[in-house]
Amino acid sequence: MSILLDKNTRVVFQGITGSEGSFHAKQCMEYGTRVVAGVTPGKGGQKFEETVPIFNRVIDAVEKEGANASCIFVPPAFASDAIIEAIDGGLDLVVCITEGIPVLDMVKVKKCLAGKKTRLIGPNCPGLISPGKCKIGIMPGFIHREGSIGLISRSGTLTYEVVWQLTNRGIGQSTCIGIGGDPIVGSNFMDLLPLFNDDPQTEAVVIIGEIGGTAEEEAAAYIKAHFKKPVFGFIAGQTAPPGRRMGHAGAIISGGTGTAAEKNAAWKAAGIHVETNPAMIGAMVASVLKKK
Amino acid sequence: MKIHEFQAKKIFSEYGIPIPHGEVAKTPEEAKAIAEKLGGTVVVKAQIHAGGRGKGGGVKVVRNADEAYQAAKAIIGMNLVTHQTGPQGTKVKQVLVEEGLAVEKELYMGVVIDRAQAVPVIMASEAGGMEIEEVAARTPEKILKAAVDPATGFTAYHARKISYGLNLNADLVKKAAPFISSLYKIFIAKDCSLIEINPLVITRDGNLLALDGKMTFDDDGLYRHPELKELYDVDEQEPLEVEAGKNKLNYIKLDGNVGCMVNGAGLAMATMDIIKIAGGAPANFLDVGGGASAEQVENALRILLSDPHVKVVLINIFGGILRCDRVATGIVEAAKRIEMKLPLVVRLEGTNVEDGRRILKESGLKFDVATTFEDAAQKVSRLARA
Repeated sequence: MSILLDKNTRVVFQGITGSEGSFHAKQCMEYGTRVVAGVTPGKGGQKFEETVPIFNRVIDAVEKEGANASCIFVPPAFASDAIIEAIDGGLDLVVCITEGIPVLDMVKVKKCLAGKKTRLIGPNCPGLISPGKCKIGIMPGFIHREGSIGLISRSGTLTYEVVWQLTNRGIGQSTCIGIGGDPIVGSNFMDLLPLFNDDPQTEAVVIIGEIGGTAEEEAAAYIKAHFKKPVFGFIAGQTAPPGRRMGHAGAIISGGTGTAAEKNAAWKAAGIHVETNPAMIGAMVASVLKKK
Repeated sequence: MKIHEFQAKKIFSEYGIPIPHGEVAKTPEEAKAIAEKLGGTVVVKAQIHAGGRGKGGGVKVVRNADEAYQAAKAIIGMNLVTHQTGPQGTKVKQVLVEEGLAVEKELYMGVVIDRAQAVPVIMASEAGGMEIEEVAARTPEKILKAAVDPATGFTAYHARKISYGLNLNADLVKKAAPFISSLYKIFIAKDCSLIEINPLVITRDGNLLALDGKMTFDDDGLYRHPELKELYDVDEQEPLEVEAGKNKLNYIKLDGNVGCMVNGAGLAMATMDIIKIAGGAPANFLDVGGGASAEQVENALRILLSDPHVKVVLINIFGGILRCDRVATGIVEAAKRIEMKLPLVVRLEGTNVEDGRRILKESGLKFDVATTFEDAAQKVSRLARA
């Protein structure tokens, strides 16, 4: 099974003619992702890599090529517009890689998402992958291996590190999702955990959090109440000095200050296997799964 | 980006929010002249970005112009230490000289983004003058909130929700409506991530004024506000962080002695964590970004090495799209040009890692190539203690 993306996912790349967009579109195609279209306004009618049709509008990619997912490589000033176009196009999955979108633009995007069927991953994220099936993002494909661990992370390269630790121990992954490090993201731990809960391929989940905000605490509450599978967790930033992060006052609103200690405590209380040494996450998963 | 109190107040004033009369002085003479013009009791306030200025001796209430001169003389040039500056303090370059007000009551008001709801929220409290973090921890029921739906925008009821909640009298409720509306307008118009007025005061003659002002802008929104550029104060920034910013490196100085260079913010934080677990102390956070070209690696190394506390350097790169052989070539070139004298531990993993490690070994330079993440942390911590 896996979640959100598989062999049948038909992907349109928004910003396919840019240097980043074209590079990663090619990488995804090499991995086996069905890249069915590209969108660059003004370049409609051209072809990418001589095979993939380019359109001016997302809606054309949907109507003519049956695209149901999008991967966005559009500069920050135009990225929220691209996301809103993808939501309006009725895509099931929108993955925004772009870093540096103004927070107030994301406030509007979140409003636009409400009540729609589109699931947004990111922005400022590495994307997601169901190993062996489909990759929509910038992660190196070869570090992954198909298997039974679901992974959700706020980080990019730290996710690769953890995936690599798992793969090296022969532990494969069902779907790995980088949700992005921005204050406002399309999907949080809590939005994605129910999908893993219902996915027969996923036997356990690794979640990688970071200091700041309250997404980790919300995940803890959900896991404690509803999650049926083992969960492993790591919080990055245990040694980060307080006060150097923005969003301090923002965290007050939901009643926390966003420190690693608080998040670790919340996760432990929810029955999550917490590791504080980032080099030992793979080992922890291996030892717990062996005992099962 | 943070700005000074007097700059925030100028923006408040442009949007019709009442502020005390006052001006900025760079010398005691200027402070005296401003105090003379204002007449009577004045307040002399150090202008630095950090909070807690009063407790650190950076705010003085004086009775006349001569005392204002003395106060300004003491404050300008002083190294003001507050709980937010760190022990090294911040040098005061200028003071704000303002009329003294007869204050009836101090309130708090602010606007922030609530991450969980993904909307701006107006916050207010009758517990003004105290740090809002403290109020939130001790008496969260004293904080009023009004979340603003971006589809409707700010409406009159938001102001009523706050002003009646603050137990203002009928006259002040009328004055609070345009005050709160303007505050929200600024937040949206300038792409703020935080505005705080603490305290917002009610004077004995029944007026509402912003007695203090704190404003932080969303760095990602700055491109659409060229007018804010001139408010940037380079002296308030850590010099190495400024240098790093010019080179598109994300660097934050810390107080340990293990300099680290990592690709990706999450892995950089995790690297700091593992150094600490291994008994060392990170000297910095440095995200070299996705590119990690020879030039970027060299820039990053130069910045790490200009911190005199650094005794050993750790480079931790997880090569994805960025291939390890290219990173290794970059490290070798940079280390040659810089004439690296400190021990350098390199941990490479990911795409083409074998080639990368071989390039490091064959370079003839004294790299300590770590085999695993854990091994790297142990090595640098040992070297830092030696």
